[in-house]
Formats: sequence, C-alpha cells, structure tokens
Amino acid sequence: MTDTALRPFPAITPQNEFFWTAGAEGKLRFKRCRACCTYLHPPPPVCPECLSKDISVEDVSGAATVAAFTINHHQWRPAFPPPYVIAIVEIAEAPYVRLTTQIVGCAPEAVSIGMTVQVRFEQVGPAWLPLFAPRED
Amino acid sequence: MEKFEDKVRITGIGISEVGRRLMRDPVELAIDACMSAMADAGLERGDIDGLSAHPGPQTADGYSGAGVSAVEEILRVQPKWFNSSHETPGHTGAFVAAALAVAAGLCRHALVFRCTWETTAPALARDPRYNVGQSAPGRAVSGEIQSWRIPFGAYSAGNWIGMAATRHFHLYGTKREHLGAIALNARRNAALNPNAIYRDPLTMDDYLNARMISTPFGLYDCDTPCDGAVAVIVSHRDAAKDTRRPDPLRLEAAGTQVTERWSWDQGVLDHEVMLAGPAKSLWERTDLKPKDVDVAELYDGFTFNCLSWIEALGFCKRGEGGPFVEGGTRIARDGELPLNTHGGQLSGGRLQGFSFLHEACIQLWGEGGARQVPNRPQVACVSSGGGTPGGALLLARP
Repeated sequence: MTDTALRPFPAITPQNEFFWTAGAEGKLRFKRCRACCTYLHPPPPVCPECLSKDISVEDVSGAATVAAFTINHHQWRPAFPPPYVIAIVEIAEAPYVRLTTQIVGCAPEAVSIGMTVQVRFEQVGPAWLPLFAPRED
Repeated sequence: MEKFEDKVRITGIGISEVGRRLMRDPVELAIDACMSAMADAGLERGDIDGLSAHPGPQTADGYSGAGVSAVEEILRVQPKWFNSSHETPGHTGAFVAAALAVAAGLCRHALVFRCTWETTAPALARDPRYNVGQSAPGRAVSGEIQSWRIPFGAYSAGNWIGMAATRHFHLYGTKREHLGAIALNARRNAALNPNAIYRDPLTMDDYLNARMISTPFGLYDCDTPCDGAVAVIVSHRDAAKDTRRPDPLRLEAAGTQVTERWSWDQGVLDHEVMLAGPAKSLWERTDLKPKDVDVAELYDGFTFNCLSWIEALGFCKRGEGGPFVEGGTRIARDGELPLNTHGGQLSGGRLQGFSFLHEACIQLWGEGGARQVPNRPQVACVSSGGGTPGGALLLARP
C-alpha cells in the first residue's frame, strides 16, 4: 500500500483503540472472554458465547491463513492504485476470528487460499493497520 | 393453522421511468410508481391506509430517493400504519412488514415502495451550481461495516462478495463462464424489457474480455446503478375484492430469518452472507418445494449473489450452482427455472431489490409481453439482498 498520507483510517473509539494502536508495539491483539476463553471480534462489550462481561485483551502471534481473497483492479480512490489483494485471513490461534485486510509482500498472482501469512503493520493516521505478508517458513 | 401470509393479497404494482441520470426529483419518481400501482389496483388515495418503504428517508448518496415522510407529504393518505427502515429482511422486508400489518388489521391496503436515484444524486453532487450531496469525505471512517474494510481499500461490496466467489471457485470448481451464464441470461431477457437499462446483445467473449473489477468479477458481473421507483399494494384478502384485480396474488410464504453472523467476514465465507436464513425460513412456512417454483426472480447485485441464492434456496445443492446454470439453458425463459426474466439488476438496473418483486407479479399475471415465460407460471420465488441481510418471498396465483 502506498500514499498513506491520503488514505482513510478507521475512526478510533474507546472500544477499538486497543486493536488499532497495538501495531505501535508490533502486536496483534484481540478481546478474549476470561470466562469461556472465546476470542471476540469485532470487539463486543459482552461475550456473545456466555454473556460474561469479564473480557480481557490478549496478544496473538500474528500468524494467519488466507481464507478468501480478491485481486482488486478498479481504482475506487486515488490513494489505492490497483492492483492490490484484499483478503479475509483466519487468525492462527482462533480461525473463527477473521480480519479483512490486504496481502502485501508478494505479487497479487502469488496469493492463494490456504497460504500462511504473518502480520505486518502500516501506520495510517492514528491507526496501525494489520496487513499480512507470506510467511518465510 | 392459518398463516399471516394467507390473509393478504397483492392487488397492484407500479413502476416509474427507469434510467441513468434522469435528473428528475426522486420523490416524483416515487409518486409516479405509487400512482401507477394505485391505478393498477383501481384504488384511490383515500383507499390507501398503510405506507411502507425501504430503506428510510432520502439520502444524498442516492441510495434512498424517498421515504414515507416525503411520499405522505404529497399523497396525504393519513396512514393508519407506516414503516420505513433499513434493518429489514432484505429490501423487500418493507413488503413483509406491510403484509404483517395488513394481516393484523392495522390497515387494509398498504402501499409499499422503493425509490433510488443513484445516478442523479452523484451528478448533482458534482454540479457546482448546487450545494447538495456529498461533501468532501473525511479520512476517518466510522461504521461497523466500513471501518473494518475501507482502510484496506475494500470499498465495494464487489470486493467483499468477490472474496466469497473466489472461495466458491476454490472449493467447488466454479468458473467465470458459470457466472457469465447468469449475466448473459439477464441481458437476453433485458432485450425484451423496454424499461431495462442495457438491452444490446452480450456474448460470452464480451463478458470474459471486459475489464476486471475485483476478481473474479469483471464489469458484467456487476449490476448497474440507476434512477427509478417501484410500488406494490398489499391488501387484506377481504379488501382485495374492492380492487380492479380479479386475480390478486397470494403470498405463499415469507423468509425472514437470520441464521448467520451479522457480518461480512466472521461467518459464511463461500456464499453471499445472510441469505441462508431467509431461504430456510421460507421453506419452513410452506408445503411447496423448490421444484414447484415456475419462475425465479433472484437478487443479482453481482452475478455471484444470484448463484448464492440459487444454492441457498435449494434449486441445487451447495457448490453445484455453476453446473446448474452452465450454458444458460436451464435458466432461460423456456427452461426448467426461468431466471430474472426482466433482466435483473445486472441489465435492468439496480432498483434495490424491488424489481424482482414487481417482475414476479408481472409473470404471475401473465403480463410479461415478449418476455412472458410460457405455460403461465403459478408460483414465483423472489429474493432480495443478502449481506444487509437478505429476504425471500414465495408468491402464487390464487
């Protein structure tokens, strides 16, 4: 991704600040229910599994798997010159937690479903966006 | 036990001029559609006592051209009940709400409408003579859907649904030619619909060679924005005799359930999201089966949405939608399951889910003219949306 000065960023709220700023420390983190251990995303105020409000924030490894992707060829905004790969990745520790993201660090044609990827962060405005690149291993 | 659906009838339909950049007041389009539906039913303004619309008041981006307030300000029907909102089972959730209100006795003749001005609104916003429409967008993105996607350049539902299509291709061997069969079928039918936006012939080569938007979607996998309005009148079965229609249509079943995560990425990954629920609840409310459907008018904001609906509604097994539509024979007007006989939103124009309901009525009343399917259909299946979430309807002749 280029032209970060022009790109949109998520509005930071008290509910999502932990997620969008964790990249400053190089960490990917999610909410997790202390009662039933379910990872929760997008971050809810109450655990949908057990309705507990005892919710923590935990770091994960940043490893993920590509579950779905599209190579975008249309220029929606000047800040996003095509082509680029938009993907849904499944988080290694909890594959039911997904992120819509970009796959970077390889040619768009090299991306495939099942590919293992690792988070890398890019700062845009006040947010550190979790992007993913192919894992070396 | 009697269902609420049994107590209501469809007694009239109407549609406005449909086109691109009509530069007409969208409220006027809505009124045109409403007046056309009232004339079709043989009802006067004083007969209408309910109003229902999707998705709420007029918006500057063009998604909504007119809500209940704008229409009531002109029609002055003094509705005993009204409804206008976005979080409904599909676009035609406004129709289900009206049917419920009529069945419950809140009103007798409800006017249901949907108006869009997605091509005029942006044109006005670009016109320096007017101070309307979109202001310069700020960089901070809010909202449950947008804030998790737009910062990654995933602006369009075409990106979000394109990912699901890619996974469907990966899991089931679906090909672009399969999606192309849906696009070509829509164009063939649109050629016979004077109100359709795109009516020139489209070949598979045209389809495959068009510029890519977001894989696997090319230009002709995407529907086309337009201006226009549709209206439908839902009457109590006891009041239907007061209308012009000798054969008002029955609502056999409404599918309204949400069974998945209300999310574009946390739930189903190989279909358009949130259409399995409406499909499931639709069939739970009827003894009819998919094989009893004579004509299908299924939401096609993208070709893959339509393929998802074909599978979700049980016209074929999950993953077998590609072979089901292959070559287009089965979904042609004279095929086993005539599909999107007006051209869908792909070629007919994005009338925000309501053109499918309108066209189902046309086909059941035998008023399709050149595009009428043979052997007078008795049962029509309608779907709208998905993702927002979706809704499904089963309509039948009396």
